Amino acid sequence: MEYEAIIGLEIHAELLTASKIFCGCATTFGAPPNTQVCEVCLGMPGSLPVLNQKAVEFALKMALATDCRINEESVFARKNYFYPDLPKGYQISQYELPLAEHGHLDIRAGGETRRIGITRIHLEEDAGKLIHSEHRPVSFVDFNRTGVPLIEIVSEPDMRTPEEAVEYFKGLRNILLYLGICDGNMEEGSLRCDANISLRPMGQSEFGTKAELKNMNSFRFVKQALEYEIKRQRALLEAGKEIVQETRLWDTAQGQTASMRGKEETHDYRYFPDPDLVPVRIEAAWLEDLKAGLPELPTAKGQRFQEQYGLPAYDAEVLTGDKALADYFEACVKEFPQPKQVSNWIMVELLRELKTQDAGIAACPVTPGALGKLLALVEKGTISGSLAKKVFEEMWATGKDPEAIVKEKGLEQISDAGALEAAAQEILAAHPKEVADYQAGKTKVMGFFVGQLMRKTKGQANPQLANEIFQRLLE
Amino acid sequence: MALTKEEVLHVAQLARLALEPGEVELFTRQLNDILAYVEKLQELDTSGVTPMAHVIPVFNAFREDEVKTGLDRDAALDNAPGREEGSFVVPRII
Ligand SMILES: [Zn+2]
Repeated sequence: MEYEAIIGLEIHAELLTASKIFCGCATTFGAPPNTQVCEVCLGMPGSLPVLNQKAVEFALKMALATDCRINEESVFARKNYFYPDLPKGYQISQYELPLAEHGHLDIRAGGETRRIGITRIHLEEDAGKLIHSEHRPVSFVDFNRTGVPLIEIVSEPDMRTPEEAVEYFKGLRNILLYLGICDGNMEEGSLRCDANISLRPMGQSEFGTKAELKNMNSFRFVKQALEYEIKRQRALLEAGKEIVQETRLWDTAQGQTASMRGKEETHDYRYFPDPDLVPVRIEAAWLEDLKAGLPELPTAKGQRFQEQYGLPAYDAEVLTGDKALADYFEACVKEFPQPKQVSNWIMVELLRELKTQDAGIAACPVTPGALGKLLALVEKGTISGSLAKKVFEEMWATGKDPEAIVKEKGLEQISDAGALEAAAQEILAAHPKEVADYQAGKTKVMGFFVGQLMRKTKGQANPQLANEIFQRLLE
Repeated sequence: MALTKEEVLHVAQLARLALEPGEVELFTRQLNDILAYVEKLQELDTSGVTPMAHVIPVFNAFREDEVKTGLDRDAALDNAPGREEGSFVVPRII
């Protein structure tokens, strides 16, 4: 039987505020344990939380950028559960009245555009961090992260393939980065993703029983975990077995998901409005201000790249799919104002290099200015296009300026007809058979001659000039 | 609506309380007494009253996003059941 996967994602994004959501403690990552804590975030009796206005603003920006309907009034609620990383015994979150609802994000996957619904965006506080001892049955608790502001973005169960889920997650991350409200760092946990996934026979409208997947801290792991889970659930269904509704953890080393059963209590959070916090009321004027201050978002930037730079839709989409990459492109075009050429270099050479290193554009050792200079050298005919790729590799490895590399390695293109002609004559003299072939009409050997000349000049011959010289000599 | 023994045990489990058999009986009776008393509120007609999350009509009590020095780490750890290298130490639960 054919099955269809139903996937929904819950994304948690730590907001880039300087202080925590309900107290003035710093949010800096990596500080020594328990050095960014106070009575409020430690949940000491008698302390009172006060809401950080900037956290609300950041959350509202995300809601606006994803076309959510913003609730005029929203309320904080206590989510009650016991866990050592939660000092108060409850997490302050939002339940019945979240900040925003009913948004959406358009994604492109499998060659088509799909609209993924966003159920809600709400504000909450992060929990602390547990480090489990390897030698003793104890855990060490660090409360620095407790109270760092988070937004939780809950999608509708609108995704049908792991690829769509990853595209949606990437799209959200991209918007968070465009807005500058989250650093998007999945390794450090400032952006996290949980997934709900179930299967149903193709054509059936009711959903099957779902599993919740956690612990996937990269796009690759999200994809792998969902792919694994589809296989696992399909095998169960085909064997006539039932899917158990449960939380499963992705195990990167094993490449599989494993049940958390027995390690977690049933969800019974007994939410109720937090009496320590007054409701939030979003005035229209405040929203208007925020709307006016929104930066150019990916879709709009893509549109502008097509109009302003004459780029094809595909180029515009790839470049604006990452804000840093879009900025890199624009900086490079300033240095070398031929947008399509710049785009080609970024999309082919630069992205390939980044991919082999599994790094983002931030890790690129070649500045946009330096890449622009390199392209200008090709344009001027100082170096050939094929040598430019070598120079680029050298720039990547050493961070040096292209001009310095060309000079240092003596890579200037030989455009001196006299010098090339002498070398060409030597080549013709050494290959009488090929010369005869050419004269008998096998003009294909021209490629051989030019190749020989390139070899002799270590790739520095101006290929067009080489062609002309051989043609002249052979006629 | 009477609270059952099973519900009392469930709530006790959520609160990580270990109850003696006699206590289960006692708390079931006592909790039911309390609920019956509070149930009197149901007699009020609230059909025309908007649900409220807070008793006073105050909104948007905000603070600026400013970092303030918190507790000194030693002070933060003063009441810890166990402490080691700046961390709280608790029984491992996973
Ligand atoms: Zn604090």
